[in-house]
Amino acid sequence: MSQLEELITKTKEQVFTAEFPVIDGEGFAKVEKYAKRLKPWFVAVNATDNTAAHAHASNVASAIAMKMHGIEPIMQVVCRDKNRLAIQADIVGASLHGIENICALTGDDVTAGDETEARRVFDLDGPQLIRLATTISRGEYMSGRKIDPAPHLFVGAVENPSAPPFEYRVQRVAKKVAAGAKFLQLQISYHPDRLEKFCNGVVAAGLDRHVALLPTIVLIKGARPLKFMNDKVPGINVPQDVIDRVEKSTDQAEEAYKQTLELSQHALSLPGVRGLHVTDFRHDDTLERLMTDLGRSPRSLN
Amino acid sequence: MPKLLPLIEHVVKGPVWDCQMCGQCVLHSTGMTCPMNCPKTLRNGPCGGVREDGNCEVKPEMRCVWLKGYERSESWPLPKVWKEEFNHLRPPVDNRLKGDSSWINFFTKRDRWTPKGWANTTSETEKH
Repeated sequence: MSQLEELITKTKEQVFTAEFPVIDGEGFAKVEKYAKRLKPWFVAVNATDNTAAHAHASNVASAIAMKMHGIEPIMQVVCRDKNRLAIQADIVGASLHGIENICALTGDDVTAGDETEARRVFDLDGPQLIRLATTISRGEYMSGRKIDPAPHLFVGAVENPSAPPFEYRVQRVAKKVAAGAKFLQLQISYHPDRLEKFCNGVVAAGLDRHVALLPTIVLIKGARPLKFMNDKVPGINVPQDVIDRVEKSTDQAEEAYKQTLELSQHALSLPGVRGLHVTDFRHDDTLERLMTDLGRSPRSLN
Repeated sequence: MPKLLPLIEHVVKGPVWDCQMCGQCVLHSTGMTCPMNCPKTLRNGPCGGVREDGNCEVKPEMRCVWLKGYERSESWPLPKVWKEEFNHLRPPVDNRLKGDSSWINFFTKRDRWTPKGWANTTSETEKH
């Protein structure tokens, strides 16, 4: 059983996960650097799968490299680039290396990336992918062919609490839970009211007993990345007053930090929320500062 | 007849629903909105990329297919059982059926076939 699974299913402790930076040509040096940085604070870290439709070192290879460097990976799998055969091969192949945590995503469209001429696959969608991973963990491929012994997997997914249709998003959680998701990393929300409504809805539907909600928070240095997310990242809307607050302050980096801390504290106060998923675009000392301000202590010292 | 039916189906459903002839029609359970018109061909609801104005991540000028389906499923006087099916987990598309008449596949129940692994997980889940 992975540490992530144990923490979520056997304890009531807070769960903090993070996003591993993408790997291109930097080799194991980069893996080592970020493993060292993230390991004290996070139980498990996402090995991304061609994030924002840009090609990088693969999810499987990155997850293996992270594991080699002492970080427990959560292997993201998106539906955009591969058909069901290739996806099954990746999941079973990763499991060969002891990778158990799977995070199933539909994935950004190819139009979000830098090779928009590529063919989009979407042979499966997000909920179907969750069900497929669950099927593999039962010891069968999609076809019913046996996998013996069954690979032990801990399957989760993502959800966007702040994208229309808002009132439908909770039903989508129900569908993902029915498909087999045990945790949901939520897309960053700059609308605390929407996140609150979403979490209340998940709890009112009794779904928090089956799935751990991990809202994403993002560490950024100023107003420019907020504008970028608003303009370029599918499904993220940043209200003008959120941008203005950072842009009009005399110390953008400090104001951006304060805003992130407030969003984090608010998210952690919501029902059904088990922890946070942290994406760090600053790569400075604010990661440690944030974790300390949230009352966390390095895991190695626990 | 088997060749004529897909043609008739296409002529009937094409202009009204922009039918893509997937051969396994789920229109009744998706708010009378064809999910194969979603650029990602998602069969199980909207992705996380829906824009603030309700339009599609991929085609900014187009309303999200699933948003449309959801609104119709809520507001149109559709049979209750169809509305309930909106939230069902629909299996992956059977690519062998593309171009077939979904009417024939409905009556022969061919459109309800799912791979054995999927079917086994479904029946196991429903037990709990």
